[in-house]
Amino acid sequence: MTLPLSDLTAVLPELIIVAAACLVLGLDPITPASRKDWLAWLSLVSLAVCAGVTSSQMHLRVSAFSDLVLLDPYACFWKLLLYLASGLTILMSLAYLRTERIHLGEYYGFILLSLCGMMIMVSATDLLTIYLGIELMSLSLYVLAGFKRFEARSLEAAAKYFVLGAFSSGILLYGISLLFGVAGSTRLAAIAAAVGSRGLDDPALVVALILLVVGFGFKIAVVPFHMWTPDVYEGAPTSVTAFMAVASKAASFGAFLRVFLEGLGGLKANWYGLFLVVCVATMVLGNVVAIVQTNIKRMLAYSSIAHAGYALIGVVVAGQTEAEGAVRTLGVSSVMLYLAVYAFMTLGAFAVVAMLRKGGLEGDEIEDFTGLAKRQPLAAFLMLVFMVSLAGIPPTAGFIGKFYLFMAAVKAGLTWLAVVAVLFAAVSAYYYLRVVMVMYMRDPEAVEGPLPRLAMSPAMTIVLASTLAGVILLGLYPNPLVSVTTYAVLSLK
Amino acid sequence: MSDPTIQTTGFPWLTAVVFLPLAGAVMLFFVKESLVRWTALVVALADLGLSLPLWLLFDPSTPRMQFTERVSWIASPSINYSIGIDGISLPLLLLTTFLTPLCVLASWKAIEARIREFMATMLIMETAMLGVFVALDLVLFYVFWEAMLIPMYLIIGVWGGPNRLYAAMKFFLYTLVGSVLLLIAILVVFFHGGQTFDMLLLSRVGYSPTVQNWVFWAFFVAFAVKVPMFPFHTWLPDAHVEAPTAGSVFLASLLLKMGAYGFLRFTLPMLPDATETFTPIMVALSLIAILYGAYMALAQADLKKLIAYSSVSHMGFVTLGIFALNAQGIEGAVLQMVNHGITTGALFLCVGAIYERTHSRMIADNAGLARPMPRFATVLVIFALSSLGLPGTNSFVGEFLVLVGTFLWSQAAAAIAALGVILAAVYLLWMVQRVAFGLPDGHNTERLRDLNLREMATFVPLVVLVFWIGLFPNPVLTAMHASVNNLIEHVDLEEVSLAVPNP
Repeated sequence: MTLPLSDLTAVLPELIIVAAACLVLGLDPITPASRKDWLAWLSLVSLAVCAGVTSSQMHLRVSAFSDLVLLDPYACFWKLLLYLASGLTILMSLAYLRTERIHLGEYYGFILLSLCGMMIMVSATDLLTIYLGIELMSLSLYVLAGFKRFEARSLEAAAKYFVLGAFSSGILLYGISLLFGVAGSTRLAAIAAAVGSRGLDDPALVVALILLVVGFGFKIAVVPFHMWTPDVYEGAPTSVTAFMAVASKAASFGAFLRVFLEGLGGLKANWYGLFLVVCVATMVLGNVVAIVQTNIKRMLAYSSIAHAGYALIGVVVAGQTEAEGAVRTLGVSSVMLYLAVYAFMTLGAFAVVAMLRKGGLEGDEIEDFTGLAKRQPLAAFLMLVFMVSLAGIPPTAGFIGKFYLFMAAVKAGLTWLAVVAVLFAAVSAYYYLRVVMVMYMRDPEAVEGPLPRLAMSPAMTIVLASTLAGVILLGLYPNPLVSVTTYAVLSLK
Repeated sequence: MSDPTIQTTGFPWLTAVVFLPLAGAVMLFFVKESLVRWTALVVALADLGLSLPLWLLFDPSTPRMQFTERVSWIASPSINYSIGIDGISLPLLLLTTFLTPLCVLASWKAIEARIREFMATMLIMETAMLGVFVALDLVLFYVFWEAMLIPMYLIIGVWGGPNRLYAAMKFFLYTLVGSVLLLIAILVVFFHGGQTFDMLLLSRVGYSPTVQNWVFWAFFVAFAVKVPMFPFHTWLPDAHVEAPTAGSVFLASLLLKMGAYGFLRFTLPMLPDATETFTPIMVALSLIAILYGAYMALAQADLKKLIAYSSVSHMGFVTLGIFALNAQGIEGAVLQMVNHGITTGALFLCVGAIYERTHSRMIADNAGLARPMPRFATVLVIFALSSLGLPGTNSFVGEFLVLVGTFLWSQAAAAIAALGVILAAVYLLWMVQRVAFGLPDGHNTERLRDLNLREMATFVPLVVLVFWIGLFPNPVLTAMHASVNNLIEHVDLEEVSLAVPNP
C-alpha cells in the first residue's frame, strides 16, 4: 500500500506536532534545569508553524487515509482554536510551573501529544480514529493532571480522572463496536447510510446511541456525567486545568458534533430529546452548585459545566427534526462561536488564578482574592472583565456568544429553552460577581511583610493581554469570528 | 437616507456626545491624582456643552428621528450602530448631560477613597445611559442597557454605606433578571418582525396577539424593575440608602427613567394591542405604587429611604401618565420624568450635603437645620415644594398633565392618583418641618457650616430649572409635542380632543 502525498499534507499539522513533541521529550534530558524555557519556546514555534499551515488549508476539503480523516474548514477551525488554547496554556505555564517547582520538560511534550490527539478527534471521520484521538488526548491529560506529584490532591485528581476516564472510554468503545455491528463499518458516512435506512428499529442501535451519549457526555462534562470535573479541576495544576477546561472541551465538542450530525443525523429525532434533557439539567446543576463553592477552581469547574450546557443549546437546535439549512447552520456555528469565546474568557480567568498563586501558600480560595483591587489593581480589573464576560454581560465577548446561542434557540422555536438559559445566566452572575465583590468591596486583611510576589512573567503578560483583547474585541466586533464559524459549518455534512 | 422617518446631519454629533465621557474616563487614568476631580468636571461640562446645540438645532415640528447615524456593526444578523433622537429622548439626553457635572461636584469631597476609579465609573455610566436614550437598534440598546449594570454595581458596592454588599448584589440581580428577559423578547420580536433589529421598522409591524401578549410581559418585567413599579420596587430603597450621593442621584434621576423610556419606546409602539389589553393592570399597578410609595415614605426615619419611597410614588405618576395613552398623559409623563430627575436628584444632593456634615441620614439627628444653615434650608424647602407639586414649580405641570390624561381615561383612577399628591404634601412637609425647623434634640447641630460655593453651584442650576419649567414649560413641551402625537397616532388610539391646558 502506497501512501499518496496528499494524505500526508492533509495531516501535516499533526505530523509537525508529533515531531515537536518527540523533539521536546528527546531534548529534555540534555537541557539544563535552568533552560527548560527553551522547550516551551520550541513548542510554541511548532504551534505557530501549524497555525500557518492550517490557515492556508482553511479552504481545502481533502479526505485522506481512505476516509479515516477529513481536512475541511470545520476541522481547521477547531484546530486553530486548539493551537490558540495550547499556546496560551504553555505561555501561562512558564512562570506557574516554576512557582510550583514542577518545571519539567516533559510537561510541554505531553501538552503537544494531547493536542495531537485533539486534532485527530476533530478531523477524523471514522469512529475508531476518533477513539484513538480521544485516548491520546486523555492519556496525556491523566499524566498532566497528576503533575504536582508531591501533592496528594493532584495525585488524587489524576487517579480519579484516570479511572473514570478509562471507564467512559470503555463505554464509548462498546458503543462503537455495536454501531459497527449494525453498520458493518466505523466510517461515519457508512454509519449514516445504514442508520438512514434502518431507523431505530434495531435495539443494538438504541444501546449504541445511549453508550455514545454517555461516552461523549463524560468528555464534554455534562450532567449527569460531570462528577469528575470539580475534583480533577481542583487538584490538577492550574495551567492544566485551563487546558482541560478549554482545549479538551473544544475538541470533544468538535468530534461530538461531527459524530452526531454527520454519522447519527438520521437518528436526530431520537437523540434530540435526550440532549434537551441533558442541556437543561447541565445548565441548572452547573450554575446552582457553583454558587456554594469556596474554591475558585471548583467554582470555575462548575461554571465550565454550565457553559457546556449553554453550548448544548446549539446542539439541540441543530438536532431539531425540522431544523434544516439556516437553522442548523446557526445552531452549529453558535456552538463553535461560543466555545471560541469561552476559550478566551476561561483561559484568562485561569491565568489570573495561576498568577495569584503564591509560592507555598494556597491562592485558590475565593477568600484569597479579598481586597485584591487594592493590592493588585490590574489583576483585579482583569478578573473583573473575565467574570463579567463569563456572566454574559455586554459589551464583552461572553454576551456575543450567548446572544447567538439564544438567537438560534428562538429561531428554532425553542423560546422556552432560551428563557431557561437566560434565567440561569442571571443566576450565574451571582457567583461570578461574588468574586468581583470579594476583590473590590472587601478590605484586605492587614498584610504582614512585603506583598507576595505574583507568578508574573513576560509570557504571562502575553496571555493576559491576548485574552483580554479577545474578550473585549470579540465583544465589540465579532464579525470575523462569525463569518469563520459560518463558513466552517457549511463544510459539515 | 431613503427612510422617511429619519433625518440626517453631517457631523456625528450624537456619537460625540455619547462617547466623550468614555474617552474622558480613559483619560482620567493618565492625569495626576490632584487633577482627577477637575478633569472629570471639565469632561462632564464639555459633554453638556456639546449636547446643548442638539437642543438648539432640534426641529420640534417633526416626529422624525434627528441627528441620526447608522453604521453596520454586525453583518449577520444585521445589527447596526444606529442612533438618533426625537422629542421624547431629547429631554432625557439633556437631563443626563446636565446632571453628570452636578454629580461630579457632589462627589468632590464626599468620595475620598479611589477617587480616580469613582469618577471614571461615573463617566462610563454616563456613556451607557446616553447610549440607551439614543439607540435605535434593539441590540445596541440592549448592550448599553446592560453595560450600565456593572458600573452602577461598583458605585454602590465599592463606595456605598455599611450594608453596601447586600444592596449592590440585590440591585444587580433584580435588574439583571429583568433585562435577560428583555433579550429574549428582543429576539422574538426580531424573528416575528421581519429579521431586523431596527426599532423604527419593528414598530411598523403588526404582531399577532399571542406574540404581543408574551412580549408585553417580558418587556414589562425588564422595564418595571427599572422604573421600579410595584411589586418590583424592593431593590430601590436598599440601593438608595447604601449608594453614595452621586450614585443615588444617578439611580433616581436617570436610571429609573430608562424603564419608563422603555415603555414609551418599545411597549407602546410595538405592542399597541397588548398595551390596550393590559392597560387596566398597568394603571392599577401605577396607582398602587403611588399610594404605597407615599404611605411607606410617611413611615421613614431615614431621609434617603423617605426620598426613595417618594420616588416609587412619583414614578407611579409617570407610568400612570404613559398608560393613560393620550397626549396629555404621555407628555405629562415625559415631563414628569425630567422633573423627577431634577427634583429628586436635588433632594438626594440635599441629603448628601447633610450627611457630609453630621454623618447621619436620620431625620431625628438632623433636626432644626434652618438656624445654622439658612441657605440649605431655603434650598431644601424649594425642592420639597417642587417635589410635592406646588403650582409654579416644575412638578406641578407634569403631575397636572398626568392627572388630566388619567381623568380622560378614568375619573376614578385620577381621583385615587390625586390622593397621592396629598400624601406627598404630607410626608414632604412633615420632613421639612422636622429637618429645617424642628427642635434639635441633644444633637449638636448649632455649629454646622452652611452651604459653600461648590455646593451652591450644584444647587442653583437645579433651582433655576425648577422654576423655569414650572413657570414656562413650553420649550420642553413643544420639543416633545410632535413625537408624542406621532406615538399616539401610531398606537392608533382614539384622539382625545382637549386643548392642552397651559398653566
